[in-house]
Parts: sequence; C-alpha cells; structure tokens
Amino acid sequence: MSAAVLAVREARRGVHRRQRVLLVALGALVVGLFLVRALLGDYRISFVDGIRMVTGTTIPGASFIFMESTLPRACMAVLAGAAFASAGAAYQSMLRNPLASPDVLGITLGASAAAVFAVVLLGWTGTPVALVAFAGAVGVAATIHGFAGRGGAATGRMILVGVGLAAVLSSVVHWVLLRADVYRAQDALVWLTGSLGSVSWSEITRLAVVVAVALPLLVVVTRQLGVLGLGDDLAAGLGVRAGRMRLVVTALVVLLAASATAVCGPIAFVGFLSGPIARRLSRGRTSVPAAALVGAAMVLAADHVSAYAVPGTAYPVGVVTGLAGAPVLVWLLVAGRRSLQEAS
Amino acid sequence: MSTLVAERLTLAYDKRVVVDGLDLVVPTGRVTAVVGPNGCGKSTLLRGLSRLLPPTEGQVLLDGEVIGSLPTKEVARRLGLLPQQPTVPEGITVAELVERGRHPHHGLFRQWSHDDEVVVAAALEMTELVELARVPVDSLSGGQRQRAWIAMALAQRTPVLLLDEPTSFLDIAHQIDVLELVRDLNAREGTTVVMVLHDLAMAARYADHLVAMCGGEIVAEGAPSEIVTPRVIESVFGIAASVVTDPTTGDPVVIPHRRKRDPS
Repeated sequence: MSAAVLAVREARRGVHRRQRVLLVALGALVVGLFLVRALLGDYRISFVDGIRMVTGTTIPGASFIFMESTLPRACMAVLAGAAFASAGAAYQSMLRNPLASPDVLGITLGASAAAVFAVVLLGWTGTPVALVAFAGAVGVAATIHGFAGRGGAATGRMILVGVGLAAVLSSVVHWVLLRADVYRAQDALVWLTGSLGSVSWSEITRLAVVVAVALPLLVVVTRQLGVLGLGDDLAAGLGVRAGRMRLVVTALVVLLAASATAVCGPIAFVGFLSGPIARRLSRGRTSVPAAALVGAAMVLAADHVSAYAVPGTAYPVGVVTGLAGAPVLVWLLVAGRRSLQEAS
Repeated sequence: MSTLVAERLTLAYDKRVVVDGLDLVVPTGRVTAVVGPNGCGKSTLLRGLSRLLPPTEGQVLLDGEVIGSLPTKEVARRLGLLPQQPTVPEGITVAELVERGRHPHHGLFRQWSHDDEVVVAAALEMTELVELARVPVDSLSGGQRQRAWIAMALAQRTPVLLLDEPTSFLDIAHQIDVLELVRDLNAREGTTVVMVLHDLAMAARYADHLVAMCGGEIVAEGAPSEIVTPRVIESVFGIAASVVTDPTTGDPVVIPHRRKRDPS
C-alpha cells in the first residue's frame, strides 16, 4: 500500500478517534449529571431505589419527589438541552456564522411571542399554546428563509433579517407583558426565562418523540453541511442542492427549537453556546451529536444549580444558564483568539 | 468519454443577457481555454455549462442529454467544477478538503471505502500534497491552496473538468505548476478540461483549443496557432500586438504594444 494511502488513512483515523473519545466522554458526563439531578436532591434516593420506582414500586415519601419532580425534570433537561443545542449547532453551521442560532435569529422568540400573546391576552393553556408557539417559530423561520432568495449573499441576508425580527418580536413580548395583569405577567415571565418547574410526563413524551425523530435526521443531513461549507457553487458542483438542503435543515431546526421552547420556554444561551463549545472540544469540526450532549449536560447542571444553590429558593433554569453563559462566551472568545495566534 | 455541447445557449442574470445564443462543441479529451476581456461572459459560460445557471434559451447537453434534466448528483459524477475563489471552511485539513470531492460518489448512508482512500491518495500525490495532508487549508500559501482545490476536483474523478481562472492570484511559477498539472491530468486520464484563463499567452501555450469571447459571443475558435493573430487580439481585447513564434516549441507568443497616448 502506498505511503499516500496510509497518509490519508492516518489523517482520517486521527480525526475520527478524537471524535469518538469526545462523544463517549460527553455521554458519560450527561449520564453522571442525569443521575445527580434525579437522585441527589434535598431528599437523597439510592440508585437501587430509583430503579425500583421506575419499574413500578411505590416507596412512600420518595416516590412523589422522584417520579413527579426530579426524574421528569432530569428527563426534560436532557431533551430540551439536546433539542436547543442540536438546532443551534446545525443552524450556525449551515449559515457559517456563530451568531446564527435560532435564539439570536428570533426563531425561539417567535415561539415565545406567540405563546405569551396566547397565554396572557387570550387566556389559553396547554396544547393550543404549544401549537401557537410552534406556528410563531415557523412564521419567523419562513420569513428568514423567504428573504434568503437566490444568490451568493443568501446567508448574510438570512442573519440580518433574523436579527431584525428578533428585535421586533422582543418588543411585542414587552408590549404584551405591559398589558397583562400582574399574576399572569409573572407566570409568563417565569416561562420566558426558561423553566423546567412544571413539566408533565405527557409533555416529556411529546418532546421525546420529536427529538427521537428529528435529531437523527439532523445528524445525517448536517454531515452534508461540510460540502455546503465550500460555498453554494462548489456544493452544487458536488451534487448538493443548496437551497433544498437549507430548507430541510431549517425545518428540522424549527421543529426541535420550537418544540422545546413550547414546553420549557427559551432557555438562555443553550442553543447559542453548545455548538461553539462542541466545536472547540472537537478542534473546529462541527458535530451535532457532540453539541446535543453539551446542551444536555449544560441544562442538567444548570437545573441542579438553580434548584439547590441557594437553600430554600428555586430559580428558573434560564437564570442560571443566562448567568453562566456570559463567562463561557468570554472563554470561547479568548480561547479562540489564542488558538488563532498559535496557528499563525 | 463524455461530451459537452452548448446549443444556442443564452444565459442571463435577471434580465441582463450575458451570453447570447452561443454554440460550442467542447472537444472531448482535449484542453480548451476560454479567453476574453473582463466581463465578456467567460465565467458565466462556465456556470451555464456546469448547470449552475439555467439557460433562458437553448440548452447544454452532457453526453447528449439535457444537463438540467439529469439528477444533480449524476452530473457531479461526470462533470467537475472549480469556481473562482471558493470558500475555505474554517479549520479543515487538506485531506478533509480533498475527501469532500468524493461526495457525489456517496449515498446518504454509504460509508467511506477503500476506493475513496485510493482516489484521494492519488489526487494528493498528483498535486504533491501528501506531506501537507494534515495541515489546515487556511494556513497554506496561495499556490498550495490552489493545488488543494484542484486535488479536490481530481478526487471527484469526472471525465469533464471545468476550471474558472485556476491561476488567478498566482505568481508565474505557480501558474505554470497549475497548468502543467492540468496537462498531466489530460495526458494521464484523458480528462476533458475547459478552463477560463486571463492570460492569452498562457492559454496559447497550455490549451489545445482556444475559444475567444467578446460581448457574450464567440469571436474566434480553434487551435492556438490559428486563433492567436494580431487581428483576433485586436477584435477581442482591443489592443495592438505582435505575434511571434516561440523558437523552442512553435507556440505563438503575444507581445502587446504600448498604447499610443493621445497628444491632448
């Protein structure tokens, strides 16, 4: 076998080995944090008891806390984190811009604005709110996509339109809140901050189905984003229809981001930061699975902190991700600059 | 052997017609260079030939079939394209870039195979990039980077290859490297090459067939020795020039004259 073939094989192996190690490590981290979140609260539950309760045994005292609070919250944290993060990473990678996550571009805000409008002004609850939130996100994404049009500057236009829409929608949210009575406004605010406080098993099942369908599809489709990253012309030359691919990715991103937002509100920074963190950990390669695991770990950890950091007070999880997100962003910027200097 | 033919091809951006009713039969298994002044429609013609820009009138036939009616991945296995100044994705290595050339040969779930390895390795060898396989593309010099792009196009293994100004921004030595590589490829694999070139002298030296364009139309077409004449240069570029014969190769060599200044 020639030296060149061996060089190609070695280059591929190096990248893939690193990627596998990273996924295993992140997977272990998520499992660990999941167990911590589900079992180690104010009321500690042994692993064996946890298994017994999941399989149907009732343990007085423990069962209620575990089955109705900590376990569903841990499940929701994993699902929502993975949904926001994979959507964010895929969109950032597609638009080749770290600003282009669904929360910055107003897609999650579209869901929020519609939901807040329905809850506060129309007094809706439950499934209709989820559907309206979904419609809001679809509306924003369709507008962004519509402005992309044809031609080279498509991604730049999409980002500009998205940022503009986000500003408009955030003023809509504020307007609605100003018109609301105090109690409803407070409920809406908790939701807007992002909270896992009141999730039900039916909501978890719904989001689990969405994630189980959309996430694997997104992983397969985003593998081709590597080719789209070469520019639309070259991608077309390699047999990729850039426009159609953007449409498919956008549809999956909206499905994931809007479904998660509908249940637990827009949890700050998860969609925006998971992709860049995963990229950093895998040396500049976009990996949707890695980003999904980073997102899940982030929300699990943040939810645990939000529940137990200050004794007697529970904050919405979004407060913690929001507070923790800013330093992480700074770290990414500093670390990114350092690696640039090393390369040059 | 693939054939590429344009029939009454009209290409336009919005309403602005750039290429107007052009007929061209690309010589199979030869190297064709398209020359002409800036804005004459050379690059647009290449976009039309590679189905990136659908014609407003007329058609492009690849192996006798209308190119726009073929599945795009099928076309990508027969016709490769290297646009001018493609985007380099952040952080990827030369090997990863070249591997992307295998994309048209993969299905949605088809795994990377030993054949792919062999093809990518051959492309790296031909472009002398084996040692740089694990180096990030964005840290390469201009000449190396252009070779990396060509390696990617080679990995696509298409019988037809379209290159849009493959030598722009390269110094003369690197221009020659790239053009020698194109000749090599043509000699070894019989690849049909169509390239847009700025430099008439280089085109005359490295192409078997010249297509001179002006104002969206073909002004002259044929072997370099027939096309490179003072009269054609005058009508295409609007400059006066002498043409002499290279004593070593017999190729035509263009010597542009200085423009006479108006005595105003």
